[in-house]
Amino acid sequence: MSEESKKPPAPSSASPEASGRFSRRWFLQGVALSAGTAVLPGEGLLGGSAFAAPQAPARIGPEPVQIALSVNGKDYQVKVEPRVTLLNALRNYLNLGTNTPIDLTGTKRVCDRGSCGSCTVILDGKTVYSCSVLAVECQGKKITTVEGVAEGNQPHPIQQAFVECDGLMCGFCTPGFIVSSKALLDRNPHPTPTEIRRALNGNICRCGTYNRVFQAVELASIRMKVKGG
Amino acid sequence: MATVKTKKTTKSKKASQIPVRYRVIGTRPIRHDGVDKVTGRAQYGADVQLAGLLHGGILRSPHAHARIRSIDTGKAAALPGVKAVITSADIGPVTDRVVDLGEGATRLQHLRDNILASGKALYQGHAVAAVAATSPHIAQEALRLIEVDYEVLPPVLDLREAMEAGAPLLHEDLHTDDLGTKSMQPSNIAKHLRFEKGDLEKGFKKADQIFEREFLTSMVHQGYIEPHNATAFWNADGRLAIWCSTQGGFTVRQQAAAILDLPVSSIKVIPMEIGGGFGGKIHVYLEPVAALLSKKSGKPVKLVMDRAEVFEATGPTSGSHIQVKIGARKDGRIVAAQAQLAYEAGAFPGSLVVCGMMCIFAPYDLEHQRIDGYDVLVTKPKTAPYRAPGATNAAFASETVLDEIAEWAGIDPLEIRRLNGAKEGTRRADGLVYPRIGFLETLGAARKHPHASAPLEGPNRGRGVASGFWFNVGLKSSVTAAVNSDGTVSLTEGTPDIGGTRTSVAMQLAEVLGLAAADVKPQVVDTDSVGYNDVTGGSRVTFATGLAAIEAARDIERQMAERAARLWGVPASKVKAAGGVYRHATDSKKKITFKELAARLDETGGPVVGKASLDTSASAGGGFGTHIVDVEVDPETGKVQILRYTAVQDVGKAIHPSYVEGQLQGGVAQGAGWALNEEYFYDDQGRLANASFLDYRMPTALDLPMIDTVLVEVPNPGHPFGVRGVGEVPIVPPPAALANAIYRAAGVRLRQLPMNPGRVLEAILTRDGKPPSKA
Ligand code: FES
Ligand code: FES
Repeated sequence: MSEESKKPPAPSSASPEASGRFSRRWFLQGVALSAGTAVLPGEGLLGGSAFAAPQAPARIGPEPVQIALSVNGKDYQVKVEPRVTLLNALRNYLNLGTNTPIDLTGTKRVCDRGSCGSCTVILDGKTVYSCSVLAVECQGKKITTVEGVAEGNQPHPIQQAFVECDGLMCGFCTPGFIVSSKALLDRNPHPTPTEIRRALNGNICRCGTYNRVFQAVELASIRMKVKGG
Repeated sequence: MATVKTKKTTKSKKASQIPVRYRVIGTRPIRHDGVDKVTGRAQYGADVQLAGLLHGGILRSPHAHARIRSIDTGKAAALPGVKAVITSADIGPVTDRVVDLGEGATRLQHLRDNILASGKALYQGHAVAAVAATSPHIAQEALRLIEVDYEVLPPVLDLREAMEAGAPLLHEDLHTDDLGTKSMQPSNIAKHLRFEKGDLEKGFKKADQIFEREFLTSMVHQGYIEPHNATAFWNADGRLAIWCSTQGGFTVRQQAAAILDLPVSSIKVIPMEIGGGFGGKIHVYLEPVAALLSKKSGKPVKLVMDRAEVFEATGPTSGSHIQVKIGARKDGRIVAAQAQLAYEAGAFPGSLVVCGMMCIFAPYDLEHQRIDGYDVLVTKPKTAPYRAPGATNAAFASETVLDEIAEWAGIDPLEIRRLNGAKEGTRRADGLVYPRIGFLETLGAARKHPHASAPLEGPNRGRGVASGFWFNVGLKSSVTAAVNSDGTVSLTEGTPDIGGTRTSVAMQLAEVLGLAAADVKPQVVDTDSVGYNDVTGGSRVTFATGLAAIEAARDIERQMAERAARLWGVPASKVKAAGGVYRHATDSKKKITFKELAARLDETGGPVVGKASLDTSASAGGGFGTHIVDVEVDPETGKVQILRYTAVQDVGKAIHPSYVEGQLQGGVAQGAGWALNEEYFYDDQGRLANASFLDYRMPTALDLPMIDTVLVEVPNPGHPFGVRGVGEVPIVPPPAALANAIYRAAGVRLRQLPMNPGRVLEAILTRDGKPPSKA
């Protein structure tokens, strides 16, 4: 390859996974950047814990490894290279044996750099940007995606409230907002407006639906209170 | 099929019984696509999965300006798993010609060269080659094996330098179209246009004071959060299917057909759900490339951009240099106005400077005007529309000068706008004479709003006001609507739904037929399954596709009346329909509801389908907005905090008020980002330094206050319900309103966007002619 055809190796110019010159250092650099700017304040998002999985083998890869992921209460067997992010695994990888994709495409890839919140999932009770967590690090953890927020076929009160308050326009950021809101209400069933604003500050909506989203979370909170007694 | 010109539509208003008190219009039903979008089930382009799908990648130029001496794809093609590698040579030769894509005429060569560079790379990120492979990782590795030999040329990054004689040329064969004459020398100025009204010199002679100011704005991106994507399958029979994220399936079809030299009928475009566009998803980027990769590999191929590619290689909107000269009398009356606008086209001609020219003085009734516009090439991506394209830059200039004039004349900013405001009959500099418009009404409503008179206490705080105009285009829309036996109607549209138009169009059909919004089942379909539709853009869908839905509903109503007549054995002329009930004209016992009738279609002649297709070129209604904003400026850091925001807009008739309010809030959010933070930041080699959401910061929840909206309803005479386009106007006033507020808060007039902390602080530090202190 000639010098000229290389992309400048700025961390922002390509996703870590897409780069053949992927290095853990580079990836961490990306994560550190996002941790400084777009983390949900007070949420410990990313928290560094994804990289401290104690039972991870000393060395894995670069060949694909078979791992088990527990998503929305269901177990999947996936074969992934260690560089594959949780986001990519959820969206694009096959559930081995069944030969059907996990195919949970509700989680959206927008920036792939931990800066927009569209790929938010709940990992063992905490929200994480699934684009900034490796799939291999998620073994043995409970993952909830937007598809797992609904209770059976019944939309969750949060989802219902988003529809009623019109907390969406193009809808592409919406799964991320739904998951972040769910995590918030799980932790803090009756947040103040400021708490809602802060909890959702890690999610970008370019259609500018923020006002409606806050109303939706408040409505859901009130309804769940009534329902929960 | 009912093909009508709008004029006819307006006339036929009386014939059809559209109730004056609406049952559906003006209510807030939940959106039809709501549950799919909150549960993650909605299918966007990147979610497309096909058997045997290959994954593509694109090699992009690292240089802003470079001649491509050669490209060697041999090693890439040899990599296991790689199924196709292409360059511009694979597009195949066609003679250059001018193609009309409905969005304005373009040279075919330019259209093709933007897809894959041929002779030169003209911006960093310009596509040079592409591959398809069995996995995205292999595709990325293959890209690194492609060898390109570049001769690096000097970039052209500054608009004003680009216009100078002797500047490096992007296109050696491009001559300026200078007011219709072709320049002798090649140039980076693609076009010079002029609008003129009255006698400018005479006007300026009447002025007590002349204000001459200069403005700069940077290139900004629409920032839609869904990256571009395209999946293409070129079938062995020569038919091509494209799944993509677009504002117009038919425009993708048209552009792809021109680039690939195919008849439009060989291409089927399936527009998937779209995660935002704001004007940036009209041009094609990936679609023809995915098609060529599919042709070469024989397999379906998917291409999805990453965020850096979206910034570097799609169409941001023009940065600009604007000069304004306005003459005013002491009483606040403007006697002459002149403007010169130069807009960055990017690497190929076609900025929307003409829209900026039409909008810059559009809210005002000014006798003497001259407006010049220049479309200027620079080594940056080819620009694309962004919500009210061209108007925001223009209003930033004119509306801040107007604020200065108000201060000079000692007149309230709302009052000076009223004094000079355009109304029905006012002729714009470009010739258009306004029908009924609602600009003055927005000023009145703004004045009455509590925000206008609320005390604003505390230091470093200020309130600003600005207005803005944007068009509402009509163009072509087609729909079909089929009556189901359960009394519902399936509505088929061809205009992608970005902000809720599925529902706002369905509501209009429901209103005419006397149904509930939920009884209409709208869907947006592929280009083989509905008549021609222009793009979702120009704030046109609720207006024009809405008109088509109304026509289709009337078509259904007429047929349903015939069915009722058949049931009763009377001539159709004896049946009257209103509010979903069909009655015998004289026999009051004979009546049947739409739902009952729908259940009896089989016995009365079979299915009922309503259709309409129309071209409403002439009669769309523009809209005006007036915004009020309070800010606090931190004198230590220059940071501007928005404290309160109120957007008032003439919306014609709000079909679904929540959506209209949402459009206003969304436009303000984007306008505020543009005003205070967003810009394309190039280094001196022409490399984009902030191609990520970390560095190109868009407003988040903490950056914006609740945005209050006031919907002023001055019906558009060109639509039976009075609809005006609403989606674009609200991005126009924010930068000017914020600049005016910053002036009131900090005593500094900013004439360059964005007004980021650095710039505001510098202005504060040099405010009284002092050089910045080294505090
Ligand atoms: S896609 Fe993961 S944070 Fe943006
Ligand atoms: S609804 Fe479009 S980005 Fe949030």
